[in-house]
Amino acid sequence: MGIVIGSLEQGLIYGFLALGVYLAFRILNFPDLTVDGSFPMGAAISALFITKGLDPFISLVFAGIAGGFAGLLTGLLHTKGKINGLLAGILSMTALYSINLKIMGTSNLSLFRHETIFTPLANLSSFSYTIFLFLLVFLAKKVLDWFLRTDLGLAVRATGDNSAMIRSLGVSTNQTIILGLVISNALVGLAGGIMAQYQGYADVQMGIGMIVVGLASVIIGEVIFGTISIERVTLAVIGGAIVYRLVIAIALYLPFISPTDMKLITAMIVIIALTIPKFSLRKIKKNESTQKSFSNTVMPQIKEVKREG
Amino acid sequence: MLRIEDISKTFNPDTINEKKAIRGINLHLYKGDFVTVIGSNGAGKSTLMNLIAGGHPVDAGTISIDGNDVTKLSENERATFIGRVFQDPMAGTAPTMSIEENLSMAYQRGKKRGFRLALNRQLREFFQSSLEVLELNLENRLQSKVGLLSGGERQALSLLMATFTNPKLLLLDEHTAALDPKRAELITRLTEKIVKQNHLTTLMITHNMDQALRLGNRLLMMHQGEIVLELSEIEKAKMKSRDLIEAFARLKGEDFVDDRVALG
Repeated sequence: MGIVIGSLEQGLIYGFLALGVYLAFRILNFPDLTVDGSFPMGAAISALFITKGLDPFISLVFAGIAGGFAGLLTGLLHTKGKINGLLAGILSMTALYSINLKIMGTSNLSLFRHETIFTPLANLSSFSYTIFLFLLVFLAKKVLDWFLRTDLGLAVRATGDNSAMIRSLGVSTNQTIILGLVISNALVGLAGGIMAQYQGYADVQMGIGMIVVGLASVIIGEVIFGTISIERVTLAVIGGAIVYRLVIAIALYLPFISPTDMKLITAMIVIIALTIPKFSLRKIKKNESTQKSFSNTVMPQIKEVKREG
Repeated sequence: MLRIEDISKTFNPDTINEKKAIRGINLHLYKGDFVTVIGSNGAGKSTLMNLIAGGHPVDAGTISIDGNDVTKLSENERATFIGRVFQDPMAGTAPTMSIEENLSMAYQRGKKRGFRLALNRQLREFFQSSLEVLELNLENRLQSKVGLLSGGERQALSLLMATFTNPKLLLLDEHTAALDPKRAELITRLTEKIVKQNHLTTLMITHNMDQALRLGNRLLMMHQGEIVLELSEIEKAKMKSRDLIEAFARLKGEDFVDDRVALG
């Protein structure tokens, strides 16, 4: 039971991360690796401000803002600096490692005996954290859903879907890419901040592999819960984060697996989630065949029309 | 409406691949003009269109639309004035988004986009009545993903998205070339209808000689980055596609054989 509740709680925290990764990878179609830096950055900022005596909730606002700045950096490197998206993320992530150390002043900042957002809930029922975290992440999901239905949100979605088209409608895709990355990493920073308060410390190493965790959540969620609409997917990725934590918890429970195997297990979960649908779902095969038939039927016509005029 | 003064464009200058795509073109379009542009492959038609739309910067010369100098503006800044339909039916719409969302984005052409919900009942009703013009029953499929539509339907939707905000200038880049003959005919008919209804100033590239003669009130023929022939409405009315090919042959005798194939 303790394992299940723990997984639920951590899964809900990773839900913020999953929402952010979903926005960058799926909506913007941007392979953003900044996450490995913006997650611990949110944690560092939140922990630092709490140790300085700031309200833990307000420290989370700053964690989100800090994450947003990390996204801004990657966005600027990519759009203004014309650096490849993957590389821009890697550069930000690398730079952030040192910046995070500077923020904390040490590699590990403990919140022992400091008040966190969880302190008032500590002695209530054993589900109090879960309910509280669920409400928080559900609120974030709702806000993201709403944003993606506004004029600006539509422009961000179209940037990942058909950027030439949305440019021809007067949108600067540089701005929408930057905006998307800022929101994405703000959510990731928030996840980092909440995680630091949850586990009681911020660690400079805690970002390593976060991008894979986020991706795993998104992919697992999409496979299990479906992708019918935006609202469904934003819920699905949170579900995916919970399932991911559960699988990890169960795996660690097994006698022949040690905690050091965790990254290997994570990678394997992602690989399985990515490859299984290719074998099982007919739908995907159908899509492929329609694409093929399109190129077979339409493309020769283009050539013919050109020839015959 | 559109004023092009002595523009030129060279790709890969000072290299072995140097290509003078546009050589000093002057072109004035008056309000309500519907100009068709023909020419062999590599004549510079698409480059001309890209220069007007802002896809490439010009090397020299100026472009102004309705009195606004747009030469220095980026593609997305010029979009306020320009509606555009591409050859590829996939290019003008966002496939994972619904018909109504695509229309909503087009409706906001050139406007500032903020945190207002992109759809409401009033807009939906307006989109439905706009879609009725296409006679494709799309008005009853507002929530369908655009990726599920056929090439012809997508191109019709692209045409509507490019025109229903009444842009100052409509650019059509061989927008019927990738469709089967029946769909191409439908899009041609819709183009005629929509342009007439909204009195749009239009520049259309085509490879189809009959289409070039049938549509519009002026015709331009391009060759090697220059406008080599210009026909007014009266001259155009007297022409058949055979005459057009012969006129082309006289102007550029040396390439006749190649171009008969291309224009033919």
